[in-house]
Amino acid sequence: MHPTATLPIEGLEAVYDALAQAIDQAGPDKAELFLVKLALLNANALADAGVFQHHVQAALQDL
Amino acid sequence: MHQPTTQPRPSIYYPYQVFQPWLASQHGTQPRQQVVIVGNGPAGMVTALELARHGVASVVLGAELQFSQGSRAIVFTRRSMEILQQVGVAERMTEAGLPWRFGNSFYRGQRVFRMEAPHDADDRFYPMLNLQQQYMEEYLHDACAANPLIEVRWGNKAVAVSQREGFAEVRVDTPEGEYTLQSDWVVDASGGRSAIRSATGLQMEGASYEGFFVIADIRIELPLPTERLAFFDPEWNPGNTILMHREPHGIWRVDYQLPEGETPEEALRPESLKARIDAQLAMIGHAGTPWEMDWSSVYSARTLTLADFVHGNLIFTGDAAHLLPIFGVRGANTAFQDAQSLGWHLAYVVKGLAGPRLLANHSAERVGAAREIIAEAGKSVRFMTPPTKGFRLLRDAVLSLSLQHEFVRPLYHWRTSRPHEYTHSMLNSPGDDNALFTEGPAHGAPPRNIRLAADDYLLDHLGGGFDLLYFTEADTLPEAIQAVVRQTRARGVALRVSAVGHGGPVAGADQCFADADGHFRDRYGVRASGAAYLLRPDQHVCARWLTLDAHRLQAAIQAALPQ
Repeated sequence: MHPTATLPIEGLEAVYDALAQAIDQAGPDKAELFLVKLALLNANALADAGVFQHHVQAALQDL
Repeated sequence: MHQPTTQPRPSIYYPYQVFQPWLASQHGTQPRQQVVIVGNGPAGMVTALELARHGVASVVLGAELQFSQGSRAIVFTRRSMEILQQVGVAERMTEAGLPWRFGNSFYRGQRVFRMEAPHDADDRFYPMLNLQQQYMEEYLHDACAANPLIEVRWGNKAVAVSQREGFAEVRVDTPEGEYTLQSDWVVDASGGRSAIRSATGLQMEGASYEGFFVIADIRIELPLPTERLAFFDPEWNPGNTILMHREPHGIWRVDYQLPEGETPEEALRPESLKARIDAQLAMIGHAGTPWEMDWSSVYSARTLTLADFVHGNLIFTGDAAHLLPIFGVRGANTAFQDAQSLGWHLAYVVKGLAGPRLLANHSAERVGAAREIIAEAGKSVRFMTPPTKGFRLLRDAVLSLSLQHEFVRPLYHWRTSRPHEYTHSMLNSPGDDNALFTEGPAHGAPPRNIRLAADDYLLDHLGGGFDLLYFTEADTLPEAIQAVVRQTRARGVALRVSAVGHGGPVAGADQCFADADGHFRDRYGVRASGAAYLLRPDQHVCARWLTLDAHRLQAAIQAALPQ
């Protein structure tokens, strides 16, 4: 779908930790809100509604 | 027996006049009417005034004896003012109303979005004008009363409409009992709770949203400009939205969403209203400022429309045809466009200048407009009153981000009512040069206004029939075009010719506009002499040519009036 650059494993590991800690920091009441804000910021940086749609579909798989 | 109240409605700023009911016993046998309009609100009266402009008489039935209770529709768009100008009440509206063009959205005490509606030097009217609906109805009613082709019957409540062969019958209840009125056409402009629509069993398509809003009008002195104020998720009403608008006569509209689970009855209790209005005033820094209640009501957001407005000899218009959310001022402002459209379409069918396909076109165009509004308004509604957990999360995320991130702020802007463009109307001329223009109003669009001189604008001079704008530097219209104009008029179609160019007399033109600096040509995308626009009686463009010839003018007029 997107043959362009992907995160190297070190970067992915950093994101993994950062996201986990941020969810904990937001707390159970605000975790969802935090994740939606994050998704909107990412979508804006992505600047491609179509790619975002693919990500939405991919994330909905295997829940 | 229908007994409308004869007590003037309460109001702290509007002196209600109680009109006398029209009683059948005081009049002779009722002839069959050409058009009966059920409802004397904005949609009904503008339909009557437009019909009259085209020479068609109507009887307008008003169930009550007074204008509407409370301010109701208070924000009128520029296009509405242009339509009201056509029926002769724009001047009074302008004198009485408060013009504005800025809207502000607040979250956590911070202004997170400011809407600035453009106001072009070529526009006579402001983007928005605030005025209470009673005044608008009064002005429209005065215009109806002064028109010999319109008969308004107060205290006449239409209780049933039956379709007959080629006409319809209205059963009308009055303070002395019922009578029957026959009419070639019946227009239901009786509003969102139309009993006539309910009785037909016609289903509306679209959605109804959960959640109620209170509208309250209070008299208060607030040192704030005439701008729309919207407050999201305030501390005193968490998760919900509050709107404020200035109205004339020292009145402010306060509009707030109810907490989930609260009933309209609970919300309208005086102590509940007082506590919430006090909390809102405190939040904007005006705690303790004395205020007085005028009127309050409750509404919910709905986006519903009939799929066809024409059913036999019964035609639905305004809120009787569709229910639209008020976010984006889409109630009366849509009704004016419906009524302006219906007025000429119906008049030309009544006069035999076009066949029933013209009415089918009216329905197709205005249902299309309603569907477009529903799509746009749905976005506003989902932001203002999120229908699901997902929508609420997204709305809350946007509120939160908006404090520091510019990119989400335009989501606060609920698109306000705008004129629908009939881009794919069957009335548009297939053989013109529409696609070759790079500027100017295209097929189906309303015209662009032009400032001609101080207090003198193009739209002051258009309407009431078809308008041909012909751009020329010559002193005479080509004879072949003049011949088509004469033939068109000879069969009863009103067609006015306006020459745009040197401003001096042009043989064959009814009026001439000077365009010394080429501004008019620029606004209409015209490069050379001989170009032209044909406007329908509702002023929307149905044909435009880089070089007009008689044959194509004739074809365009035929396309606009299908037999």
